[in-house]
Amino acid sequence: MNLPRTFYGKGIPGVATGDLHGKLIVLEGPDGSGRSTQIALLTEWLERRGHAVEHVGLKRSNLVAEELAEAKRGNVLSPRTLSLFYATDFADQLEHRILPALRAGFVVLADRYIYTLMARDMVRGADLPWLQSVYSIALVPDLVMYLRVTPQKLMERYIYRGRELDYWESGMDIGYSRSWYDSFIRYQSELHRTFNRLQAVYGFVTVNGMRVPRAVTRDLQTHIESVISPNG
Amino acid sequence: MPEKGLSNAVPGKLIAVEGLDGSGKSTQVYLLKRWLELSGYKVFFTEWNSSDIVRSATRRGKKQNLLTPTTFSLIHCTDFADRYERNILPMLKAGFIVLADRYKFTALARDSVRGCPQEWVEQLYSFAVHPDITFYFSLPLRTALDRILAGRPALKYHEAGMDLGLSPDPVESFKIFQGRIHKAYEALARRHRFTRIRSDRPVEAIQEEVRGILRDRIDLAQYKAALPRGWR
Repeated sequence: MNLPRTFYGKGIPGVATGDLHGKLIVLEGPDGSGRSTQIALLTEWLERRGHAVEHVGLKRSNLVAEELAEAKRGNVLSPRTLSLFYATDFADQLEHRILPALRAGFVVLADRYIYTLMARDMVRGADLPWLQSVYSIALVPDLVMYLRVTPQKLMERYIYRGRELDYWESGMDIGYSRSWYDSFIRYQSELHRTFNRLQAVYGFVTVNGMRVPRAVTRDLQTHIESVISPNG
Repeated sequence: MPEKGLSNAVPGKLIAVEGLDGSGKSTQVYLLKRWLELSGYKVFFTEWNSSDIVRSATRRGKKQNLLTPTTFSLIHCTDFADRYERNILPMLKAGFIVLADRYKFTALARDSVRGCPQEWVEQLYSFAVHPDITFYFSLPLRTALDRILAGRPALKYHEAGMDLGLSPDPVESFKIFQGRIHKAYEALARRHRFTRIRSDRPVEAIQEEVRGILRDRIDLAQYKAALPRGWR
């Protein structure tokens, strides 16, 4: 089934959507939910089937990725400023990576999309209508999958891998608690609640991410097959 | 379009000046600032320029020609948000008269000329309070062009609107671009009820009018700086 491709709002000035023949597939989920692993596995699978794959993600634009990383290190920007900085990063990738790749018929795998950006801002007090307006430039994906992993499980994975908790992923900037553990659990729970709210609006597919990678991959593949025909 | 007046929200007052390059607004706002300072009022001046972090990204964007109307708009809004939350809003909360040499309307005019949907840009900037007074320095387009082109012949790429492909000649492009900005300002002036100041008159006459309007519309006595003991 091929629905005409649309933007959430008016989209990007001067961009028509008629020739965007590729597929835009989004994988959402918190850090530690297995996104990168799954994207690597899916890429292999898609390429084996003869699809050309392009990757995009957050903080990867040529335009502002460097400055954004710099700003986050210093934690000097207000939530609103940071939010707009991310929106700039997103818009740059949308125009310079996603749209050209779709025009060339690629499968674009997005390691998170506007939903993570919106959820993070909402947890920090931004209102949904403002965010929806900002991101009305975004293209509606063919498929959005959300890897669901409970905060406790995420925490276990962090500790198991000997990784330190990330300041932002623990919501330490919000000031829930001075305990990293408490703050992490609270922040990730808030994020999940917000994702549920967004799901009601945008209707993404939730995939249980608390299983062995292969089982998760099989689920994701089934969903992808429903939007990509096997012969391209 | 709902407008939030500042009056009850914060103790300070926000006075914005807008107008084309060459309209004399910077001279007028400078004189206004001197008058308020010398009369012992709490006054804070802010202008439309870029913060370090955004400047470096904008520089790269301009050099590599990465900026599109959308990212141009977003990156400047990011910068504005930073200045707004760091300077403008705190000073308003602290009960100052804040003088802004260009405010969000500069972006609204410029971005819509570049093709961004008007509602999108208005929404983007909706977090920024509406000024208590917006002085719009208006003069015939011809006069503004003569003033600016006589004084500063080397026009920068975006300043001349070269990215719009209006003309390969920077001066010609600047003229067309300013003409469109002029139109956009006129529309904004009606929609947002700017206080129009005819600026093709002697500096002193204009300043007198501006000061008079300020005295009429703002209870200046409230903004007297408390002098430290021993200063009287």
